[in-house]
Amino acid sequence: MKANCWYGKKDMRVENVPDPKILNAHDCIVRITSTAICGSDLHLYNGFNPAMQPGDIVGHEFMGEVVEVGKSVQKLKVGDRVTVPFPISCGSCLSCQRNLFSVCENSNPNAAMAEELWGHSPAGLFGYSHLLGGYPGGQAEYARVPYADVGPLKIPSELDDEQVLFLTDILPTGYMAAEQCDIQRGDTVAVWGCGPVGQFAILSAFLLGAERVIGIDRFEYRLRMARETCKAETLNYAENDVHHALMEMTGGRGPDAVIDASGMESHGLGLAGAYDRAKQAMMLETDRAVALRQAIMAVRNGGVVSVPGVYAGFIDKFPMGSVMNRSLTIKTGQTHVQRYHHHLLERIQKGEIDPTFIITHRLRLDEAPHAYQVFNDKQDECMKVVLKP
Amino acid sequence: MATQEARHARGPDRRQQPRSWDDGGHRGNGQAGDERLSRALGWFSIGLGLAELTAPNAVARLIGIPEDDSNRRMLRAFGMRELANGVGILAQPRESGWMWARVGGDLMDLAFLGNNLRSDEAQPNRIAAAAAAVAGVTALDVLCGQRMGQDGGEAQGTGANRLWSRHIDVRQTVAINRKPEEIYSFWRDFRNLPQFMSHLERVDVQDDRRSHWVAKAPAGRTVEWDAEVTEDQPNQRLCWRSLERADVDNSGEVRFERAPGDRGTILRVEMRYTPPGGIFGAIGAKLFGEEPQMQVRDDLRRLKQVLETGEVTVAEGSMAITHPAQAWAPHTQPAHTQPADSGR
Ligand SMILES: NC(=O)c1ccc[n+]([C@@H]2O[C@H](COP(=O)([O-])OP(=O)(O)OC[C@H]3O[C@@H](n4cnc5c(N)ncnc54)[C@H](O)[C@@H]3O)[C@@H](O)[C@H]2O)c1
Ligand SMILES: [Zn+2]
Ligand SMILES: [Zn+2]
Repeated sequence: MKANCWYGKKDMRVENVPDPKILNAHDCIVRITSTAICGSDLHLYNGFNPAMQPGDIVGHEFMGEVVEVGKSVQKLKVGDRVTVPFPISCGSCLSCQRNLFSVCENSNPNAAMAEELWGHSPAGLFGYSHLLGGYPGGQAEYARVPYADVGPLKIPSELDDEQVLFLTDILPTGYMAAEQCDIQRGDTVAVWGCGPVGQFAILSAFLLGAERVIGIDRFEYRLRMARETCKAETLNYAENDVHHALMEMTGGRGPDAVIDASGMESHGLGLAGAYDRAKQAMMLETDRAVALRQAIMAVRNGGVVSVPGVYAGFIDKFPMGSVMNRSLTIKTGQTHVQRYHHHLLERIQKGEIDPTFIITHRLRLDEAPHAYQVFNDKQDECMKVVLKP
Repeated sequence: MATQEARHARGPDRRQQPRSWDDGGHRGNGQAGDERLSRALGWFSIGLGLAELTAPNAVARLIGIPEDDSNRRMLRAFGMRELANGVGILAQPRESGWMWARVGGDLMDLAFLGNNLRSDEAQPNRIAAAAAAVAGVTALDVLCGQRMGQDGGEAQGTGANRLWSRHIDVRQTVAINRKPEEIYSFWRDFRNLPQFMSHLERVDVQDDRRSHWVAKAPAGRTVEWDAEVTEDQPNQRLCWRSLERADVDNSGEVRFERAPGDRGTILRVEMRYTPPGGIFGAIGAKLFGEEPQMQVRDDLRRLKQVLETGEVTVAEGSMAITHPAQAWAPHTQPAHTQPADSGR
């Protein structure tokens, strides 16, 4: 089959690889009909994960048709159409039983490696390095899906791929980011990053009762979408002092909750940005945290800092004093997709959410390397790429 | 989740990933960079190891710890570990087992950034600068680990003692979301052990107390022994030991504790191996492949998987050793990639 493989920093190649096979009795094989590129994939593309190996198949936002099931699979059958959550979860450990699917205790076969870095291992993820299991990803024609009775969500035939594809990751991610904010009527929420996750976080914040949502980015076309489609107020951080502007907008109190939807590659201007880039280059810090620091400093006393943005290692100059003295709450995590996707599917069916508005590029799987470049460099007003195998 | 008592070097057998993903002539341009990184880390390990072995005082001063006897001993032991790692990396630059031994510990952070080394702008002196920065942390980490071990009052010995001991002692624990009764009866039927103990080929049960064990040994050989149950408190505690004329003297104890809040069972395992060849056998086993702590920790992780999910978790690109009990025949591993011209 064809698959998009990582070969190094900014080096993706579509290659022919052997088809996946059922390895365990609870596995199924999915023939992929649509797959997307995520902002998280850009962290791999830009070489921020050392546990990638040349030839690794990437991609974790995919859906398709079940073409084979292992002998212990009960809920799925050949021919079912499914979306596949990006965390791989066993469904029977303590974490899974508590709906903390992305920290499943059993699904990372390389748990020892993750334990060294993080103390404990989270769940394995599709196409997201050997640190998280070494599972081949879904930017391919076929994928093996472990624990097939736990992850995949059956999709009714009247919905088309584009309406449901983002149930695999970014729609639940934006939703969980907003849910973590514990939004009360009348709240103001500020969102750093108006990429796909940021857009869905804005949308979800309104759904959950926020009165004002402020989207922050530097790309005008992304801010425009936040403004026009998602009804947020916007702030261009290249043109404004973000902290100052937010204080102005909130009477000096600060937003009730803040969402960092930009992650470890957040971009900084001026001294703070230079500081992080230098430290990263000197290998004294792994993750840049410009947006996160800014968000912490801006949120009101007693507010919530919700972090869907991905971090991998260590950051410097973490304002713990601000967190502690001002009674802040930090909530974060890879999304527990299985906790949200039923509910969000219902909302899509009822027409309350239509996630298709973020799709700007529809390309063939063959064009994946080009698509990465366009998405990464924000060319051609790219917001979200969907690939067709 | 499995925890381990102390961390030290892992041998080359551990964490080998199927190499098939980038077999043969299809190496990306990351390859040269990979090797450069491997070598740099290898030499760094050796440099640090030698410094710690020969000049522990200077190293201690450098990282700001008291130059007392126990610290000197610790630094020397640490130096041995570094040396073993370094030699391993340099001897087999493509064998990621050693790399991960290096990286898996405190250098993970460095490795994250190490990816930058793949690019053309790689500057070796930067590697050295960052490596030096990490070195102090690494040593401190070992020191802390040792201190904590001592505070616990457990007679596990220092790194140095462990290295020179005639026995290999392993203590591991894991929390399993199943009742003690269920885990006990699974374990009590020794024939089940090879399902999760990767070094066991099979166990034949002879009667209620006696069994015959066959285990894999380095270089494709096997070792065998008869064992007997020495204590059996159903659902609580089970002990066994090998009988006379065993190839490898060993004994084990497993305790099944109900976890608080009805959250399954906390399983505690203690095993002791006395490899043939006495002290040198024990050292050899540690330096050349067998890493009992890691092995048992991984075994318990697999036990948890089997009992909670009914299967051992595998991924095609997993670096974890796959288990013979798994239906993962070598031919199902992805072979090397070819250029994308033909379809499925
Ligand atoms: N938690 C999860 O499970 C999960 C799931 C999917 C994505 N993510 C993460 O969410 C983040 C966003 O994903 P995406 O797909 O929207 O990616 P994206 O790269 O398209 O969007 C990131 C946006 O952040 C903006 N940004 C950068 N620096 C900023 C700053 N200092 N202030 C404000 N905005 C800034 C960028 O301009 C960009 O528009 C990534 O880190 C991704 O890894 C997490
Ligand atoms: Zn994602
Ligand atoms: Zn689980």
